[in-house]
Amino acid sequence: MSLRIYAIAYLIFLYAPILLLPVFAFNDATIIAFPLSGMTTEWFAALQTNKSLHAALGNSLIIAGCTAVFSTLLGMCAARAAAMSHFPGKGGITGFVMLPLVLPEIIVAVSLLVILRQVLGLDLGNWTIIMAHVLICTPFSIAILNGAFGNLDPAMEEAALDLGETRWSAFRLVTLPLVMPGIISSMLIAFTISLDEFIIAFFLTGSNPTLPVYIWGLLRFPAQLPVVMALGTILVGLSIILLTIAEVFRRRGLARSGGKDTGGFL
Amino acid sequence: MMWPRNITQDQTRAIRLLGIPFVYALLLLAVPLGAILLFSFWTQDFMTVDTTFTLDNYREIADSPIYAMLLQRSLMVSGIVTAVTVILAYPVAYFVSFHVAPSKKSLWLFLITIPFWTSYLIRVFLWKVILGYNGVINSALLQVGIIDAPLTFILYNVNAVIITLAHAFAPFAILPIFVVLEKIDRSLLEASQDLGESRFSTFFRVTLPLSMPGVVGAVLIVFIPTIGDYVTPELMGGAGGKLIANMIQTQFLQLNNAPLGAALAIVAMVCVTAVALAFVFLNRRWLRARR
Repeated sequence: MSLRIYAIAYLIFLYAPILLLPVFAFNDATIIAFPLSGMTTEWFAALQTNKSLHAALGNSLIIAGCTAVFSTLLGMCAARAAAMSHFPGKGGITGFVMLPLVLPEIIVAVSLLVILRQVLGLDLGNWTIIMAHVLICTPFSIAILNGAFGNLDPAMEEAALDLGETRWSAFRLVTLPLVMPGIISSMLIAFTISLDEFIIAFFLTGSNPTLPVYIWGLLRFPAQLPVVMALGTILVGLSIILLTIAEVFRRRGLARSGGKDTGGFL
Repeated sequence: MMWPRNITQDQTRAIRLLGIPFVYALLLLAVPLGAILLFSFWTQDFMTVDTTFTLDNYREIADSPIYAMLLQRSLMVSGIVTAVTVILAYPVAYFVSFHVAPSKKSLWLFLITIPFWTSYLIRVFLWKVILGYNGVINSALLQVGIIDAPLTFILYNVNAVIITLAHAFAPFAILPIFVVLEKIDRSLLEASQDLGESRFSTFFRVTLPLSMPGVVGAVLIVFIPTIGDYVTPELMGGAGGKLIANMIQTQFLQLNNAPLGAALAIVAMVCVTAVALAFVFLNRRWLRARR
């Protein structure tokens, strides 16, 4: 019983900052502090007319969308290979692909910055951030897709081959529909991670900032903080919706391939 | 490339498939890491990079006390954050694994991971609001009358950095411990109690040793990435709470000294890896016992 109370207290600790967001987003004062002074939707209205904010949001959506597609494609390759025969060095190679999961993000950021700017002399832009985000999102995609591919019965695809389908059409008609929920879940997770990522984006952003980089700039101006709170409220709401859909699809994928739910994305 | 004869068709296809993400990681991770290693032996004067091999950057890091101080502080902060996160997370993982109905476990894990994926920057900033001079904690304590003046030791110093990082990495610690706890054969616990151990001693003599691989995993997955965070020390640390990641960021983006920044990144990586390996080595008997 005391464990349950502790666990609930822990959840409250986890959610405390997020719960404060809407409180200040609707608060009618430019200073982010107590006591509260009244209700307003002024800060949300300010979001609608901010051109540079819209540009940053547009960039972030493009980056997150591309990242979701590419990291899921790479994740599918790795997860499908993981479900196939073992070969020497397979564990090591998979471990290397999963490495960005534990590597400090600043290391990924500076090493990519050096190679792109100093060695290759390229200009930074959205595509540089996409490349880096695909790198760090692929391990998450693999983890999710392993759940979808790993429990699949290989006999189903073999049956399709025996009945005259080609390798590709057997994959497309039999395997793909079965792992589709996992694919959608992986894309949503990668999208959410990319949309929120700051440490790498700050190093690799070109002249057009992403949304988190833009928010970072706003944090220096006290007058802009209520607007940041309003923006944050919307972003948190959006993330929660995306993650909830991802979780629903992840569970559906596990159920479809007959797997047991081990819980969580990792 | 020639494959050995005894490799089956299925294996060849698996190699080809895994080859795609592998080549991607090779080009975007291994090659750039090699590049910063190389860069750390070069020097830069304003915009021109001098490519003669030199140990000057490492010599400067060894000679100026500021780098050693920052590195030491970074390792200390990461160490404390790791200890706090893992100790606080263990009971939660234990609770979800042992006391939550199987059908509700996914829901609990989902609730735990949500904050981890939402607006990192704004979450860090909100800790400023919670811990600040007019913040939630201070106003609450003043209102109740426990304190007469706002507490100042909780913002713009190392404490604030530790609290914020411990919050940010909490879900990372819970998941590896939970996964290992789930795998523990429950009949072992019954056997222990049948043989006369109390529930308390069963935990310390059976459950905890069996879950050590998860604890080690949690320690690594929190300790290593926290070294690379510069947002939290920048926003919460004030002047006395800056860490090595801030220095790396400054060298690259403000002082335009990429070679020194690269050398700092390499030194930080080596230190983190050494500490992590030492930790794994010290715990090797728990890790081996499970096989």
